[in-house]
Amino acid sequence: MNAFARIVWFVVKKDLTVEVRSLEILSTTMFFAVTVVLMFSFGLVVDGRPLNDVAAAILWVAIAFSGTLALGRTFERERHNDTLRALLLAPADRPALYVGKLLGILLLLGLVELVLVPLIGLLFNAPVIQQAVPLLLLVGAGTLGFAAVGTLFAAMLVRARSRDVLLPIMLYPMTVPVMIAGVRGTAALFQPTPDAAVAQFWLSLLAAFDVVFVILALWTFEPVMTD
Amino acid sequence: MALAAGMFAVAPWMIDAAPYEATMGLVYKIYFFHMPSAWMFLTAAIVAGVASFRLLFLKRPRAEHWVTAAAELAVVFGAFTLVTGPLWARKAWGVWWVWDARLTSSLMLFMIFVAYLLLKKYGGPGSDKLGAGLALFGMANVPFIYVSVNYWRTFHPPTSVVPTLPVAMGIPLWYCVMAFTLLFVILLRLRARLEHQRARVEALYLAEDEA
Repeated sequence: MNAFARIVWFVVKKDLTVEVRSLEILSTTMFFAVTVVLMFSFGLVVDGRPLNDVAAAILWVAIAFSGTLALGRTFERERHNDTLRALLLAPADRPALYVGKLLGILLLLGLVELVLVPLIGLLFNAPVIQQAVPLLLLVGAGTLGFAAVGTLFAAMLVRARSRDVLLPIMLYPMTVPVMIAGVRGTAALFQPTPDAAVAQFWLSLLAAFDVVFVILALWTFEPVMTD
Repeated sequence: MALAAGMFAVAPWMIDAAPYEATMGLVYKIYFFHMPSAWMFLTAAIVAGVASFRLLFLKRPRAEHWVTAAAELAVVFGAFTLVTGPLWARKAWGVWWVWDARLTSSLMLFMIFVAYLLLKKYGGPGSDKLGAGLALFGMANVPFIYVSVNYWRTFHPPTSVVPTLPVAMGIPLWYCVMAFTLLFVILLRLRARLEHQRARVEALYLAEDEA
């Protein structure tokens, strides 16, 4: 295992150990995501019937909201114990730290989505099992894009004032393509006759977004985290 | 500055002299201010992105002043574009707003720069690099927003309409583009100079404190 991968592994392992012992972020984020789904359902289900494409929209809004919460909490923990400084002082490549943090967030959000997606299937009668593979790809690519930008911004904001409100302010306009692509792609899959071609188009857009923004984040992480 | 003021003073007569468009009548004349300000909005965004790149990767601290100046201008011209657009759309399309590729991507770009200003104002120390990161990401994001919303739905008249305009409309249009460009350059330079000087005053205060 080379040095880069080892540092990534150390960072992921550290985050996992802390999280497994407290379960603080996972449990709160998961409950929050479920609450968001219910809130939107009360708003958007009319006479017991959901509006068109509402299931896909609620799924992605819930992912975005709970993702912001998880990002904020993860880095708040680092700030509170001043461990981010220790991480940055460690003789490690900055991009490796970024990748480690990103993987930790992805793991966390993946677990949340493991509850979220079946819940959407259950509440809105969406074909989540029949469309499992394309849905998995869409949600995975969307979450990666969201988390790639979010991890960088949350890390940058650690030392800023009013970071709680600044994170969503910066993150949501930036991830509009993820939201559009995710919602439209998922909606295409949830139709009575699923439209695989449309879902494919949005998936490829998400993949392009992921590639560009992961590279850009790896590239920017070093200068923005250096004083 | 005087030249730009003069050009803007003459602009109403130029626009007045332009012929009426057959289907839209008087209202289409908003276009003479709408399109140039939209162009300046995009130019400001590009300037901010390039300056951010210089700040982050080439370590030019003075580039930060250009990011600030360009971001503020992006908000100003963006607001102008987003106000004049719906005024025209109400007449031409019958609605104030449509979820079209250009409109939505302009709005999102505008929001990214508003976020930048909020960050600069409330972010506290270190927000200059943060802001540069935001501006850089914002610039990289424009094509994605555009493509995604474009596939989603489109209404806006394409830019290719510009060369096909009759000369009597074309002259005032290009005149306004020039006036806006001049205004943009002047404001950008003034604002960047203000920031340079502010930084110098701060450096002098620090030197004074140490002495």
